Amino acid sequence: MAKNRNLEERIEEWRTFIRRRQAVHSVDVEELEDHLRSQVKALNEAGLDDDEAFLVAAKRLGDLDSLSREFAREYSERLWKQLVMSPGTVGSLSNTTREALVVIGLAIAACVAIRLPELFGLHMWGPDENPSFYARNLSLFALPFLAWYFAWKRGLGRVGGLWLALPFIAAALIVNIIPFKREGHTEVLAVLHLPIALWLAVGFAYAGGRWRDHGQRMNFVRFSGEWFIYYTLIALGGGVLIMFTMFIFQAIGFNAEWAVQSWVAPCGIVGAVIISGWLVEAKQSIIENMAPVLSRLFTPLFTILLLVFLVSMIWTGSGIKIEREVLIGFDLLLVLVLGLLLYSISARDRQAPPSMFDALQLLLVICALLVDVLALWAILARISEFGFSPNKVAALGENLILLVNLGWSAVLYARFLTKRASFAPLERWQTAYVPVYAIWAWIVVALFPIIFNYR
Amino acid sequence: MNISKDLVAASAAPLVLAILSEGESYGYAIIKRVSELSGGELQWTDGMLYPLLHRLERNGHVVAKWGKSEVGRRRKYYRLTDKGLEQLASQRRQWQIVDSALRGIWRSAFIAAPQEI
Repeated sequence: MAKNRNLEERIEEWRTFIRRRQAVHSVDVEELEDHLRSQVKALNEAGLDDDEAFLVAAKRLGDLDSLSREFAREYSERLWKQLVMSPGTVGSLSNTTREALVVIGLAIAACVAIRLPELFGLHMWGPDENPSFYARNLSLFALPFLAWYFAWKRGLGRVGGLWLALPFIAAALIVNIIPFKREGHTEVLAVLHLPIALWLAVGFAYAGGRWRDHGQRMNFVRFSGEWFIYYTLIALGGGVLIMFTMFIFQAIGFNAEWAVQSWVAPCGIVGAVIISGWLVEAKQSIIENMAPVLSRLFTPLFTILLLVFLVSMIWTGSGIKIEREVLIGFDLLLVLVLGLLLYSISARDRQAPPSMFDALQLLLVICALLVDVLALWAILARISEFGFSPNKVAALGENLILLVNLGWSAVLYARFLTKRASFAPLERWQTAYVPVYAIWAWIVVALFPIIFNYR
Repeated sequence: MNISKDLVAASAAPLVLAILSEGESYGYAIIKRVSELSGGELQWTDGMLYPLLHRLERNGHVVAKWGKSEVGRRRKYYRLTDKGLEQLASQRRQWQIVDSALRGIWRSAFIAAPQEI
């Protein structure tokens, strides 16, 4: 009996040791343990004692380093959650210092970029202010530097760098050459869509040029969610900073509004873009990701909201009132549902069987689709009555893109829930769809002004 | 005889698929079957089988489910899917081509296979 306990102790030890490897999940450990025990038993029967049998069995299972490396190759997304610095990189402090310097340098460069046009008479504030110039170019003051950071970090090389520069140069030419009519719809649309178009260019740099790779795309989706959360948090902090700046200078009779408006706010807005990117990149190893947590929290709430909405629509028999903003509102609803879906997918364990939460997720998607179809119906009626405008076409296009995505997602999800397919196709569908958003954003930015005569 | 790493890696997936085509099985039994089939010549690092099985599962070639072993321990069983069967057929054709090409050249080049003759 004493011998037996010894074996149990050894297996326990082995288990804790392998659990420390981030790439090997506890279910995998269980599977490996079953293997280990079977092997030990077979060797026992062949005449080896427990000690010898355990040693041989553990050795044949393979050394843990290469084993966990093999698991990591299969499950790269697990490492995203809990990336540990390998011993080789811990010592090189100078590397992290250099990275910090590069990031700060790029953030300063972004600040300089946004202040530079002032020298050429394009004022941000004052009697001859030019807000539309700044609105159109806002993403161009920040995103190229973020892309630059990732190109540097991933060692994109000269050719990759040139490819990366292309969309930014194209964007700069497009938004500054096109003769937009003053405060026209197409200009507003370009302002709203350019950041999306360029964000995908950042994705190219983020993936280190390997943007076709499914796993890299998913990582970029994860990055985008975390980046957004970090940016929001920094913006909140920035708001507090600005409030205090105004307050304490007022106390000694100065008006700090000028400094805040032309320096603190604009530099903060563009600088934080790069800083957030760096923080996500650096901290991904340390904290649990926030976006999946939020989506878990809000999926049930939004499902309830949509269900109640649908029921009350049917109950009262009232149709959707078509106002100008309604279509955009429903677009945003679909974006939100897509976000909830995407961030649940991104953090999901592929191997896990369908759960209650998956059913809830499907219900949410179906509700959103129903609500959207109702809205779309009403809107098409309005378009056939009043004709097309750039806003309506843009909103309609987005609606269709999201509808197609969510519709097919619902089909894939249903197939997964009924166990007719694995979870992977759903994940693949989402990552394969990413370029569609970019293409549409570029169409709106570059072609809409021409199609709609710069209105 | 030591079979090269690359060859072991390349033959691993078709072997596992073929073994599963005989019926549902689990990791340890698959390893045992491999060793049986090759007369003990083909030695894998046992642990490496699992990432491979998980990859096959992700690609839809096999499905896994948790069951019980004869002593009541939790054990993961793998079963071949239709897609896996197709994959196996395609792998088999590929190996046959390689095999017949090698046979052809060995016969014509009069390279003696050691020991076996």
